[in-house]
Amino acid sequence: MGSSLESGVVITLENVSKRYPKSRRPALDNVNVGVDKGEFVFFIGPSGSGKSTFIRLLLREDVPTSGKVSVAGRDLGTLHSWRIPQLRRSIGCVFQDFRLLPNKTSAENVAFALEVIGKTRPVIRRVVPEVLSLVGLEGKENRYPSELSGGEQQRVAIARAFVNRPLVLLADEPTGNLDPDTSIEIMRLLDRINRTGTTVVMATHDANIVNQMRRRVVELDRGRVIRDQHRGVYG
Amino acid sequence: MRVNFVLSEALTGLWRNVTMSVAMILTTAISLTLLGAGGLLYVQIQETKDVLRGKVEVMLFLNDDVTEQQRDALQQRLTNDRSLVRDVSFETKEQAYERFRELFKNSPDFVQGVQPNALPASFRVKLLDPKDYSNLADKYRDAEGVSRVSSQQEVVTQLFSMVDAVKNTTFAVAVLQGIAALLLIGNTIQVAAYSRRREVSIMKLVGASNWYVRLPFILEASMAGLIGALIGWIGLILGKVFLVDGALKPIFNSGLIPVIEWSDILWTGPVLALIAIAISGVTGWSTLRFYVKV
Repeated sequence: MGSSLESGVVITLENVSKRYPKSRRPALDNVNVGVDKGEFVFFIGPSGSGKSTFIRLLLREDVPTSGKVSVAGRDLGTLHSWRIPQLRRSIGCVFQDFRLLPNKTSAENVAFALEVIGKTRPVIRRVVPEVLSLVGLEGKENRYPSELSGGEQQRVAIARAFVNRPLVLLADEPTGNLDPDTSIEIMRLLDRINRTGTTVVMATHDANIVNQMRRRVVELDRGRVIRDQHRGVYG
Repeated sequence: MRVNFVLSEALTGLWRNVTMSVAMILTTAISLTLLGAGGLLYVQIQETKDVLRGKVEVMLFLNDDVTEQQRDALQQRLTNDRSLVRDVSFETKEQAYERFRELFKNSPDFVQGVQPNALPASFRVKLLDPKDYSNLADKYRDAEGVSRVSSQQEVVTQLFSMVDAVKNTTFAVAVLQGIAALLLIGNTIQVAAYSRRREVSIMKLVGASNWYVRLPFILEASMAGLIGALIGWIGLILGKVFLVDGALKPIFNSGLIPVIEWSDILWTGPVLALIAIAISGVTGWSTLRFYVKV
């Protein structure tokens, strides 16, 4: 189990294809990708290119039709269903629509994620303010999502994803609902998280951001990898 | 696992959908009351059968003009009939009247209307095997001096078939109500899971264990089952107070059916509760497993 971790690979896809029953062409078509520990990778491509399928496979919300997916040294094809929660605790997740609970404050939203994986109250009380100040939300712990701007809501979501210090942070179009200035702030935050050693995988079609960040770019088109470039641009 | 988190989630779930919860609880309660009543009847019948089996007598009523000779001959014959007879006793006309008066002491008018010598003398025969009643009847019906052979067995059998019918009907209605209760539980869980889909999706995303996600729902179903069992139990207690000790008291006083005791009612409670919790919990679990994908 530890072999791929020792070699520093966090995510591997080997010959991965995914077909949905009612679709003519595969959502992913023989994809081979590896992501090293501590990398920052953009997955880019138009809608329907397979970015979301890729993220669903990493979270084991779905299984590939063929091929092998490994995350954090776990072969997801042979992973028992009762181990899936363990896998997901090593992956933090951020989405375009924030996915916060509207009836909970920002602190409660982060605490909820800790409660449901069985963290004790003292730990929660210590960790939540820490991570909220890390993402720049000091003083806004008791605001409800409706009282926060889009950028602030995404910060809460990032705090929730990062609070367990996951190995990988998956971000699915995290700036999709945000204006350019706010998007850049969010990218700075993700970059800061990446510098702590956390692998960041971000699906996006925001060309501006990709061009500014100059990180590794994997471009998907109709389920195929058509480009894999270090310090790439949107293209 | 945080117990109060799970418990409060389950309680909130019951409140959120309170009309459905009430329907679910009442249906469960009715089903369990009937199940309990059926169970009590069943136990009662078994007990009664065992008790009566030893007691049931066949009566050979004698003609009023029977001679002493005929009587002695008959007694001799019965006593020597080792294949059927366990015990024989003779009851004179006077003893029969005494017994009659004792039996109907609550209806003095009725007793007064019957002449002391109106009741026939009889041999009371206890059988080795109560099922041999008709063999004995055939054998002695035409014996000299015998006017009529009668058995409490007939009365008991009739009574049992009546009680059996009541018991079976009770069980049938209990099963139907039970099915309705299960469907309501399944539906309630689906609604609960739908109204908490945001929480559930986040819980799964951050890696809450399957039990942690499912337990509040299962507990919600089990709590409804438990409350239903409590109400059902109260129903049985009321039944004891108003039916067994109330309207139906004369039937039980006749001595044929033993009275349903408080101790019987008491142990029914925990049994019903366990059945209700187990079944509703399993229903909740399988609803989540097969229909909701929580």
